Order: sequence, then C-alpha cells, then structure tokens
Amino acid sequence: MIDPDVLKIETDLVVTALHQRYGLDFRQYSRASLERRLQGLVEKLALDHVTDLIPRLLHEPGFVDRMVNGIAVNVTEPFRDPECFAAIREHVFPVLRTYPYFKIWHAGCASGEEVYSMAIMLREAGLLDRAQIYATDINTDALARARDGIYTSEAIARGEKNYLAAGGTGQLADYVLQQYGSARFANSLRDNMVFSQHNVVSDEVFGEMVLVLCRNVLIYFERDLQNRVVDLFHRSLAHRGFVALGAKESMTHLASGSDFECLDRHARLYRAV
Amino acid sequence: MQFDAIVIGGSHGSFDVLMNLFASLPRSDMPPIFVVIHIPRDSTQDFVTHFNTRCGCRMVEIEDKQVPEGDRVYLAPGGYHALLERDRRLSLSSDEPVNHAQPSIDVLFESAAVAYGNRLLAVLLTGASSDGAAGMARIDALGGTTIVQDPTTARSPVMPKAALALIRPDHLVAPDVLADTIRDLVSGAQPRGMMHGDG
Repeated sequence: MIDPDVLKIETDLVVTALHQRYGLDFRQYSRASLERRLQGLVEKLALDHVTDLIPRLLHEPGFVDRMVNGIAVNVTEPFRDPECFAAIREHVFPVLRTYPYFKIWHAGCASGEEVYSMAIMLREAGLLDRAQIYATDINTDALARARDGIYTSEAIARGEKNYLAAGGTGQLADYVLQQYGSARFANSLRDNMVFSQHNVVSDEVFGEMVLVLCRNVLIYFERDLQNRVVDLFHRSLAHRGFVALGAKESMTHLASGSDFECLDRHARLYRAV
Repeated sequence: MQFDAIVIGGSHGSFDVLMNLFASLPRSDMPPIFVVIHIPRDSTQDFVTHFNTRCGCRMVEIEDKQVPEGDRVYLAPGGYHALLERDRRLSLSSDEPVNHAQPSIDVLFESAAVAYGNRLLAVLLTGASSDGAAGMARIDALGGTTIVQDPTTARSPVMPKAALALIRPDHLVAPDVLADTIRDLVSGAQPRGMMHGDG
C-alpha cells in the first residue's frame, strides 16, 4: 500500500508537470479527491505509480488530454436536483421574459444532461428561441458526449421523476428519440447551443450572461480558487445576473459571495447585487 | 483523548445500531465522529433530524470545506462522497459511485486514514455490501484502531465479513457493547469490549 507522504510528493510532481508544461493548474484542487482520481487513473492504465504518469505526460503526444479527461470527470443526470430548476423557473424566467435575447452559461457542463434540461424548460416557457446556451467543460470527452446528447434509455427514465419535480408539464421522453436502447435529445433543442472547451481555473470571462450554472464544480476546489471562480462568474454576468450552484455548494464562506444575494438557500440560487 | 476522530460506516441494518450508539455515547470530551451510511439523496436532513431528536446527539450534515469540531457527529450527505483532507477539513465530491454507493464508506475511510493516521478510531457495522473493507485495511495499515461488528450479531454480515477477510481488527464487538468500547478507547481506559483473539 502506498505511503501517504510518498503519494503527496507524487501528486505534487504530477500537478507541477501539468502546470509547467501545459498551463493546466490543478494546484488548488482539493487534494483528497485529486489523489483518489490520480490513483484511479493509474489503476486503469495498469501503471505502478502516480509518477509513472509523468514521462507519458511529457513525452507522449495527446496523453495530456487523456489524463485530463481521466481526472476531471463529473457525473450528472437530467434535471439533477429538481429544486434548482424549479427555483430558476420561479426567479429567473420572469427576468428572462423581459429580454429579447439572452445568454446562459453552463460552466462545467459534464456530459450535458442539465444543458438539455435547461433547453426543455426554456422551450416549455416559450423562451428557447431567445436563448443562446453556452456549455463548457475542461473535459473534451464529456463535452463530446454533451454535444451528441445521447444517453441511455435508463438515464432518461430515471430523469422523468426529476423532470416532474422541477415542474415539467409533459414527459421527458417527449423530447428524445429512442433508438436501440439509447435516447437522443431532439435536434430542435440544440439549435441555440454552443459547446466549447473552457477551464474556469485559467480561462477568461464569458461575457454578458444572464444566468451561469456551475454545479458540483466548486466542491473540487480549495477556498481561494472557489473565490476566484465565483469572481469570474460575477465578471461574466450581465447586470443583476444569476448564478446557480450545486446542492452542496454555497457562497456563504466566500469573500466574492458578497457580490451576490441568495434568492433560494435550498436551491443555491444567487443574484448579483 | 486517545483519538482525534472516529469514523463509522454501516449499511443494511446499521440504523438501529447507530440509534442505540448515539443515544449512549458521552456528550462531551469526544472527538468528531464522521458517519457514512448508504442513504438516498435528499434524505440527509431527515436522518439528521431523526438522530438528533431521538438520540439527543449533535449531528449535522457534512458541508464542503467544513472544519470539524469535537462532540459533534457529521453525517455524509446522500448522493455525494465525503472526504477528509490532510489538514483535517471535510470535502465533498460528486464522483461516480464506489462499490455502487454514494456516499461510499471506502472513500471516507481511505481519506481519513491519511488525515488522522494512528489518531483514528474506525468502526464498521452491519451491511449487505463489501464497501468499507478496503477503507478499514487502509486505516489498519496506517496505524488506526479498528472495530468491526461481530458478523454473528449483524443483520447483514457481508460488510463485516468482507473487512475480516482483509484485516484482523483490534476489536470485534456486539452492538450492545459498542458504545462502552468506544468510550473506553477514547478515554484511554482498558476497553471492555472483547479483544479480537482473546477467545
């Protein structure tokens, strides 16, 4: 079994290699999860040590992408935490109705289920035609899955309950094409979606968003980085824009949180003041 | 105090064991207690309220980047993994399930083993999966003290048996002596619970 002190050094070295060679900054990621993910990747690649990642990282073309895609994985589902979507419908949609055109950013969209959820909710409110939805993630594999919008039929079936709890008026299945055990979200939902790679740790602002959703991303960061990312969102927002965080994330302990008021504590919905 | 933290993991059948345990443990001079049981998402606050009103314990739901305090019980939220950092703060993750569980006992235990070393007391209870066994092995290897529920007293013996296949625990106990065993170990007294290997 690995000595924890050795594992800490190994993790530091990999983080240094990623940063110095590729500008990918994992220095302020929460260590316990990062170490777990690195060890998982080492097992998956049948390597002996975390430091065995370093020669491949430095000398093997394309390995860095595989590695980032292996350690920056997030899982989600349609309408995850339905109370979040219900709160957005209640607090944000009335504001959206006052705009002829608006932009929404899913920062850290993972495999995209929540992006399609948002599009469905906008469609049902008659607002989808006015929307431009940006969906970004650091993980290119996840982004490709999000762009495809193909999920298992089981995932869609499980999402039905969330969809109804979020205030859906039809069926989630109405928005997907079933094919051979998988389900693809309708093309009409994705007309106004743009998918692109973006790293909230190091990349710049996305301008004039009315709503930023960043769910279950901040928990992977240390406080300082959480602060910086919330500040990035603040600078990316239009006047009095909104931010939706994950069910276990909060601005309460963040200095940059003073730029926001909390609209719904349970749903973790915030608005710039 | 002999320990800086206690971790407890359990699954099927562990709810009653924990009810009795938290009703019996001392209210003061205790290190923080971190608990993972396999609960569904959105049910966490119900469990917290239930334990607090029925057992009189001071249980809270684990929050991201929280600094733990003594005399409190921290319950891992359903739908997330809870981890301890080396600086002994708590973190949450929404990584995929481990051993089909989210929260997973292994995820908490393995990280707690690193954070607390030989200052950790770990308890694994009844359950119908092998979650927690690898975590107990890690805690044992890094010098922590291990308590496993005697499988013959477990509603579901799979979980304690899986741990016993990997380690020889420091204490193998029945639920009715668990609270006394923990209290004695924390205070440094000779534990009354049966020592593993004593007979």
